[in-house]
Amino acid sequence: MMEKLEPHFKEGGKLHKFWPVYDGFATFLFVPGHTTQKGAHIRDGIDLKRTMITVVLAMIPALLFGIYNVGYQHFQAIGQLDSVSTGDIITYGLMKVLPLIIVSYAVGLGVEFGFSIAKSHSINEGFLVSGLLIPLTCPPDMPLWMVAIATVFAVVIGKEVFGGTGMNVLNVALTARAFLFFAYPAYISGDKVWISLGGENAVDGFTGATALAQFTSQGPNITNPVGQPMGFMEGFIGLVPGSIGETSTLAILIGALILGLSGIGSLRIMVSVFAGGYIMATLLNLLSSSFPDNPYLTVPAHLHLVFGGFAFGAVFMATDPVTAAQTAIGKVIYGFLIGAFTIIIRVLNPAYPEGMMLSILFMNVAAPLIDYYVVQANIKRRLKRVTVKAA
Amino acid sequence: MSTETTTAKVAKKEKEALFSAKRMKLITDPLNDNNPVTVQVLGICSALAITVQVKPSLFMFGGVLFVVTLGNVIVSLIRNLIPSRVRIIAQLVIVAALVIIVDLLLKAYAYDMSKQLSVFVGLIITNCIVMGRLEAFAMGNKWWPSLLDGVGNALGYGILLVLVASVREIFGSGTWLGFQVIPQAVYDMGYVNNGLMILPPMALIVVGLIIWIQRAKNTKLIEAN
Repeated sequence: MMEKLEPHFKEGGKLHKFWPVYDGFATFLFVPGHTTQKGAHIRDGIDLKRTMITVVLAMIPALLFGIYNVGYQHFQAIGQLDSVSTGDIITYGLMKVLPLIIVSYAVGLGVEFGFSIAKSHSINEGFLVSGLLIPLTCPPDMPLWMVAIATVFAVVIGKEVFGGTGMNVLNVALTARAFLFFAYPAYISGDKVWISLGGENAVDGFTGATALAQFTSQGPNITNPVGQPMGFMEGFIGLVPGSIGETSTLAILIGALILGLSGIGSLRIMVSVFAGGYIMATLLNLLSSSFPDNPYLTVPAHLHLVFGGFAFGAVFMATDPVTAAQTAIGKVIYGFLIGAFTIIIRVLNPAYPEGMMLSILFMNVAAPLIDYYVVQANIKRRLKRVTVKAA
Repeated sequence: MSTETTTAKVAKKEKEALFSAKRMKLITDPLNDNNPVTVQVLGICSALAITVQVKPSLFMFGGVLFVVTLGNVIVSLIRNLIPSRVRIIAQLVIVAALVIIVDLLLKAYAYDMSKQLSVFVGLIITNCIVMGRLEAFAMGNKWWPSLLDGVGNALGYGILLVLVASVREIFGSGTWLGFQVIPQAVYDMGYVNNGLMILPPMALIVVGLIIWIQRAKNTKLIEAN
């Protein structure tokens, strides 16, 4: 079918203007017939599309768990958890999550296609990942038009003005989330938005506060929405309120395994983010007795790593190969600082119970600087070796 | 101060009409082809700070119009008396005096606005447009062209200010010049004002988008790569 359509899009054909769209679909469905034209350094069967698909695959566990969790939180909050089946839970979750994904993909790909046609360059696949990451970082009840505006903003301002996929300074999905966070704070922060009630009344004693919000006020002794205590295991499994994809550290770690084994996501970054977060949280823990009026300081390090968006950011956002540091040592520094800054923002700034987004965006900006100094240090070291020999 | 290279015009033999085509260009040029904000990228700080609403940006435009125009005229009149080594100081004294006049006028007749603009009225003195025009144009031209140049540049600045402020006020507060422009019915449908529009970063992004549109439309500004 694609072959039959092709002549229309070739030079001189009626629809030549839309060649990028055709090309995008054809290579998405089939292995492209053309190969790299100029000398590439590495020859490999993997191209950008396969890379992106692998990342999307790695996000599937978090997505599926997120869908289940949206439904689970809903029925738990209205007190019907015992009377509904797993099917009902998943159906409710799907009804909440699917529209977000569809809007994000439709709008984002629409903008990308538009730019490709206007600039007549071929369509890039970068948005396949961003388009799934955006809904996963939203609360389940996020109004769809907001997601649409944020997606347009992220793709145009975050990516296209810098020259498209591969040229962006900031992570596109996080740009979208930051836009939502600052533009519509009432819909993406606070206690009311993390559990989709769907217009029904919550049970008595219900609280919609996330673990991180509770850390701010009462330290590590936190409860789930219906008042049962929560600890490390609850956060690790992830049946807790939060953004759709971020709650389950377990599902995210499965994704991390896929990324790590396929060599697409940098394990070095992931590990150093966790290390940075753990060490910083431990240090702040030591300070807790000196500052009794900040209960967040008493939260033990291992809880920091499983609640909130820490794992999600570390695995899917920080490892974005475009915006992360490129050098090996640079990656370690970059990851470590992301983890450390996240905890600092969480603990020391009461206005932001979650710091993952801001800390990754900040380090995105700093990444080229880190690389520069790593490279310069390397040059200096080797130069020294040379001059010593000459003398 | 200014990267612009407007040089002194050669004195003309015959008397030129007050609004000759050449002189009109002094006013129209800064509106688009040589806009002080979007092309020369001057006066950005105030464009970011006071463009949350249209009203303060109108007042700011008035202040800058006053200072640039009068400053240009005064400097142009005494340009041959100013020793060139201390000319920046001399210009600064003139600008400072004018800015203080604006500040006092605002305090006397528009106190609320004066509070809202706060420090940015005083900061007109550091607005690069003012010093740039004095140094680059008024120091080498007669008073009438200098006046036109001052008006033109202030207009170019003001237009951009109002443009940015309009975008920010409409999307950030749903109003324009204080009037509700987004009807209540839209809010009832679930529309919410965009909080990011009120924050300064968005002003920078809006200015950037305007530059983008302007450069795409105005072929004179497209640089050769």
